[in-house]
Amino acid sequence: MGGGITLNHFLVLSLIIFSLGLFTVLTRRNAIGILMGVELILNSANINYLAFAFYGGGKYDGQIFAIFVIMLAAAEAVIGLAVVLAIYQNFKTIDVDAAETLRG
Amino acid sequence: MDLGNLASLKHFIPEMILVAGVLAIVLIDLAVRDKSRLGALALIAAAASLLAIGLAPALPGAWLFHRMLVFDSFAIYFRTLIALAAVVAIWMSIGSEEVKNCDQGEYYAILLASTFAMFLMAESANLLMAYLALEFVSLTSYILTGFLRHNRRSLEAALKYLIYGGVASGTMIYGMSWIFGITGSLDFNVINKALSTPGHLPVLAVFIALVLILTGMGYKVASAPFHMWAPDVYTGAPIPITTFLAVGSKAAGFALLTRFFFPAISHLAAGGSWTALAGVDWPQLLLFICMITMTLGNLAALQQTNMKRLLAYSSIAQAGYALMGFVVLSNDGIRAMLFYLFAYYVMDAGAFVVVMIVANSTGREDVDAYRGLAWRGGIVPALALTIFLFSLTGIPLTVGFIGKFYLFAAVIRGQFYILAIVGILNSVVSLYYYLKPIQMMFFEQPRGDEGTVRFEAWNYGLMGVLACATIVFGLYWSPIISFANRSLSFFTGPT
Repeated sequence: MGGGITLNHFLVLSLIIFSLGLFTVLTRRNAIGILMGVELILNSANINYLAFAFYGGGKYDGQIFAIFVIMLAAAEAVIGLAVVLAIYQNFKTIDVDAAETLRG
Repeated sequence: MDLGNLASLKHFIPEMILVAGVLAIVLIDLAVRDKSRLGALALIAAAASLLAIGLAPALPGAWLFHRMLVFDSFAIYFRTLIALAAVVAIWMSIGSEEVKNCDQGEYYAILLASTFAMFLMAESANLLMAYLALEFVSLTSYILTGFLRHNRRSLEAALKYLIYGGVASGTMIYGMSWIFGITGSLDFNVINKALSTPGHLPVLAVFIALVLILTGMGYKVASAPFHMWAPDVYTGAPIPITTFLAVGSKAAGFALLTRFFFPAISHLAAGGSWTALAGVDWPQLLLFICMITMTLGNLAALQQTNMKRLLAYSSIAQAGYALMGFVVLSNDGIRAMLFYLFAYYVMDAGAFVVVMIVANSTGREDVDAYRGLAWRGGIVPALALTIFLFSLTGIPLTVGFIGKFYLFAAVIRGQFYILAIVGILNSVVSLYYYLKPIQMMFFEQPRGDEGTVRFEAWNYGLMGVLACATIVFGLYWSPIISFANRSLSFFTGPT
């Protein structure tokens, strides 16, 4: 175990990253920026899984979950960027407010 | 029973049929030049999967694939419902003008894959599996929503769906990580045992984790406050996909929600009532969510002028009604919810079929396109839509009425009187917007610029079947309720 670093340090770090991710999603108007915020949220969960697995003693469930999250984040980014690209071709912008025709 | 990989396969036939269908479509898409038969192939795969579910031998319950999935009668109910939703969605896709010009191979392969993912969602017995299945459904839904690549509304809907979905599932796995940290396991059954061990349970942490998890699952069933995506996505997506999301995805969401909140973190007491964890007051929270969902859905639907959008808000309200069965924490309630989801499937899919028939002929989806529909060649769709909308309101002689009756009976038996009053008031409010299209179709004269509605045997057939089902199951509902009754057992380990 690293000198003086406990589970709580990791949990606080992941909470900070989670909050930053949520803040990014709520404040950004650029589609790519929002997708980056989503990545931050996913990675904050990853830190939690790894920390719990490390301090919880010898179980691989946490690591496996983190690997799957990384893989799915990649898949989601692929689809996200494909949609953003198609949006750009049609709207000539990737600002989510400008690309808004559905309301009510 | 805890089955290994090979032994699990014989309970996994419906899913394997779907996967075989996906592979066959992808391969045939490469080989043949004429893509028009691929839809029929997808329809056959979905129907064969439905048949396999029906023919499967009864089994008390088992864990599949080393406790990743669970196979029990509850799973069978939802597999049936989801397979039925897939059959309707594929049938509609074949008869839809919208998806005719899309890439047929990809479209049907992804649709079948999405069905497969929904099956997995209904069977998850592990947080990792639940997340993977939910994300699998989401990813395929994003693609299907944005499938009309040159249609701005379709793309915008896909982007909104993607953003809301990404945030919701991210928040959900963050909550799951806390549950993992508290209990040391991802397995629903182990989580249940760990949480019910008396002693130092961090009540607040569990509650926050559950709220975070509810974000992801609530987003799938489109309950408030995670419903914002639904109107936009339902409006922008091609109509068959809207139907699939409205009935299939929602049913899968309810399955996962029930599986997580009942067998995984609550306990079944004598007399069929469930007790939540002491000190963790999620039922109260869900009670509020349920009331807000139906009120918000109904109030927002009042001012809609687009039929798909109106039905989207209506489906949010319907999810609120179905949640009524959830919050009473009893097997009575769950049974009512199961029955209501079936009723909702029949009537909502039917309403969307009529919307598609009108859109196929006129290219319009707004309520004005329905002006005098009965007097310009559309008397049959007009009558069918009337049946579906009456059923959605909950007027007697329809399956929607029976569904609501069971829900309210469960709510009153559980002594949730305020919830019952809110539910009834909501039904009254919903009458207004459900009657508006009916009034438009029968009591207004066409202006002449709406165009005629042509006869399409394929779509009229589906519409007729669903309309008949709405009436028949409204008069003779005992097969469905006894099916729901049989489906109340959750497999939680050998007894």
